[in-house]
Amino acid sequence: MKKLSLALLIPLVVLSAQDKGLTVPYEMFRLENGLTVILHEDHTIPRVAVNVWYHVGSGHEKPGRTGFAHLFEHIMFEGSGNVPEGMFDVWLEAAGGDNNGSTTTDRTNYYENLPSNALELALFLESDRMGYLLDAMSPAKVDGQRDVVKNERRQRYENQPYGMVWIVMARALYPGNHPYSWPTIGSMEDLSAASYEDVVEFFKKYYVPNNASLVIAGDIDPKTTRSLVKKWFKEIPAGKPVEPIDPPAAFLASEKRLTMEDRVQLPRLIMAWLTPPAYDPGDAEMDIAANILAGGKNSRLYKRLVYEMQIAQDVSAFQWSAALASSFWIVATAREGHTLAEIEAVIQDEIDKLKMEQPATRELQRAVNQFEAAFLDGLETSSRKADQLNAYYVRTGNPDYFNEDLARYKAVAPSDIRSMIQTYLRDEARVVLSIVPTGKKELAAPNSSEVKP
Amino acid sequence: MRKRLTLAIATAFVLALPATSQVPDRSAPPALGAPRPLQLPAIQRFKLSNGLPVVFMEKRGVPIIQVNMMVKTGSAMDPSDRSGLASLTAAMLDEGAGALSALELADAIDFLGARISTGAGAHTSSVALHTPVSKLAEALPLMADIAIRPRFDVEELERLRKERLTSLLQWHDQPSTIASITFSTKLFGPRHPYGLPGMGNEQSLRAMRVADLRRFHEAYYHPNNAALIVVGEISRGELEKHLEAVFGGWKGRTTATVNWPDAGQVEQRTVYLVNKPGAAQSEIRIGRIGVPRTTKDYFPLVVMNTILGGSFTSRLNQNLRETHGYSYGAGSFFDMRPLPGPFMAYSAVHTAVTDSALAEFFKELNGILKPIPDNEFEKAKNYLALGYADNFESVGQIAGMLADMILYNLPDDYFNTYVEKVLAVKKEDVERVAREYIVPGKTLVVVVGDKAVIEKGIRRLNLGKLEVLSVEDVLGNKPRL
Repeated sequence: MKKLSLALLIPLVVLSAQDKGLTVPYEMFRLENGLTVILHEDHTIPRVAVNVWYHVGSGHEKPGRTGFAHLFEHIMFEGSGNVPEGMFDVWLEAAGGDNNGSTTTDRTNYYENLPSNALELALFLESDRMGYLLDAMSPAKVDGQRDVVKNERRQRYENQPYGMVWIVMARALYPGNHPYSWPTIGSMEDLSAASYEDVVEFFKKYYVPNNASLVIAGDIDPKTTRSLVKKWFKEIPAGKPVEPIDPPAAFLASEKRLTMEDRVQLPRLIMAWLTPPAYDPGDAEMDIAANILAGGKNSRLYKRLVYEMQIAQDVSAFQWSAALASSFWIVATAREGHTLAEIEAVIQDEIDKLKMEQPATRELQRAVNQFEAAFLDGLETSSRKADQLNAYYVRTGNPDYFNEDLARYKAVAPSDIRSMIQTYLRDEARVVLSIVPTGKKELAAPNSSEVKP
Repeated sequence: MRKRLTLAIATAFVLALPATSQVPDRSAPPALGAPRPLQLPAIQRFKLSNGLPVVFMEKRGVPIIQVNMMVKTGSAMDPSDRSGLASLTAAMLDEGAGALSALELADAIDFLGARISTGAGAHTSSVALHTPVSKLAEALPLMADIAIRPRFDVEELERLRKERLTSLLQWHDQPSTIASITFSTKLFGPRHPYGLPGMGNEQSLRAMRVADLRRFHEAYYHPNNAALIVVGEISRGELEKHLEAVFGGWKGRTTATVNWPDAGQVEQRTVYLVNKPGAAQSEIRIGRIGVPRTTKDYFPLVVMNTILGGSFTSRLNQNLRETHGYSYGAGSFFDMRPLPGPFMAYSAVHTAVTDSALAEFFKELNGILKPIPDNEFEKAKNYLALGYADNFESVGQIAGMLADMILYNLPDDYFNTYVEKVLAVKKEDVERVAREYIVPGKTLVVVVGDKAVIEKGIRRLNLGKLEVLSVEDVLGNKPRL
């Protein structure tokens, strides 16, 4: 938040490409109905990326309707007032375009990647569903996508080895009334209960221009694009302001130790903690801590568990950054003949070491260098730039936050890693979940109580 | 957070845009102007002093560079008792090379922020470097060590052997992996290079020795059997200097060419039901042997497959996902390789509707043999032609396209003439290739799912001979460490 106001003092019209470092020049304006629009020119190939964020995710759902934000995302592709069912995709494909959308706890995005001559088609389609979705809505459409989403849940969770981990962990990490305590995909019962009326209400509340931001990046002429955006979007009326979520505090009062059986060959240990929200102090430090623990052969956990002891098949660690509260995960799969107790002991030992002694300078620099290179990769395609411009705008108010974001990583000192690990990776405030092959509870980490998916 | 944001942003925005008189006409999608053609930098070809060919595209914009070494030999050359050798050789390249141990090497690469990956397919092996241009001079010698001077230390081999045996064990958990392996094993048979998983099996992995790896590397990794593909922000002069310094001294022999056996085509429809008790979905694979990449029917086939199962609005996806709600997605592809690869239609469907889904698959496979409506034909051609530029945005993508160009001896103007070739495809050719290559009555059908729930319904469809298999029948027994 500190950097936010600073960034906003810079005139947000056109940033010069001569600025040092990573910069993605853009123009930003807002329509009278509140729609924020961000334009970025890149003529590398004759394509354009159109990227819309609605500032609503599964975190805005009501209990009993979990999975609704994501179900709604599917319904957005089923036609609108002037787009017959099925034609959204047909028209885009006939123009050489692809499209998709995704839903997280915090937001829902929609995007089209298409030849630059077809930009207006994307604007027509996006504006039509923003303005006139309900003119073409029917209970049958809701039913159709309900089935597709249930199949998505089967394919991505239920029929995947270890696939139910995400669902169990969300429940264990957050208090029951916290909006992150249910999974974005939702439960089968709630998906069955979602009604046509829910769709109408959700659309009117959240799918309003003042709750959205539109990025257009690629082979565009900004002046023409600006007038095309106005042409298609300005007639859509503003909705009521959307109240920010007022979540209960996310905290773990004690360590939770859980075991779940799954149809798998090998046991897997998942340890997770609650950490600072995206872009808050501590967020970049935990990203780097994840790399020091499990990024690459020389990372502490990989080196010990996989390379030297060879008791684990894999280990990974990551900071899952989110708007209200992030989480930090360590995941390791034990090899045959080894228990999760052995794995946990090594992980515990390595965390304890980082609490006692800060990482070496080179170790930290190796991690930061990898993050820096990854920033360059993010600038290669218009679609990635478009989504990042939108993400930065939503979280910081400054679409071109690339340099500032990278600066967060470069500013981290070895002692910061130690102190953040001391603060956030506490033994008495974590979830330790053992996934064991059916009938082999003895492989679980000790003192775990059984949990069902 | 949003409240404070809105307040701050209001002052910074350019407000009160001049009103425009344009009123959108929503009665039809807007008319579109002519597409702008894709203009790629020239493809430059040269050779290093040792004869190693280089294909280079200078791409400006982001200071990143991709350097891929392609070795024109892969798992198709695995000895019959050492299946998995090409893959294991490639995996061992960066486990210690030149003066550096596995850990030292990984540390050096990671410290640069570079990535070097190694791998093997059926006909190629590769070492791929992706790095900021500023680190190229330091990263290239590491890449050269990996490609040319791997150590093949026995301790590292033992470690990777364990890792791979464990991966084989984990395949038993993965219905989609089981389905794909069943399909290729049954389609090509164990003696054809496409009939075995590139990773090998338990017996071959246990038999692998350091000497096998050395022999494979010495036989195939040399400048006469390799090429470098480079895409990125660098001038040709500077690039040549860098490449010559690290690869110019690499010497080697020539490699003999080999003829592979033909795989027998499917003559009789057969169903393989692999039992996975309790599965929430059934994984379906249907297909037969398709075509090599060099087929004269390449363009009509690509258009035909786009209509059948190559895009979101394709018939298979529309039917199984949108119309019936059986699946999260369905599709089909021709895997075109130097030898005829598979044609495959695929999906994962809700267990309870497995038989109905199979019936819909065959409805579509038969339906594509009938005359194709003009609008569907035009949509598919436009999707391919107008979407083609999307393959040329990142250095990694372009390097991948150039690799195909080398492997299949495509002409230098191939990328620039692709669009016109797609648009020139005739509908009668699309209909002809559908009849020639789809042949729904002569296909293999693989279903991985809960036998207790799905067997009866599948039998009722009378698709052909049905054979029930266990996961162990397909993958072998679970390896023990």
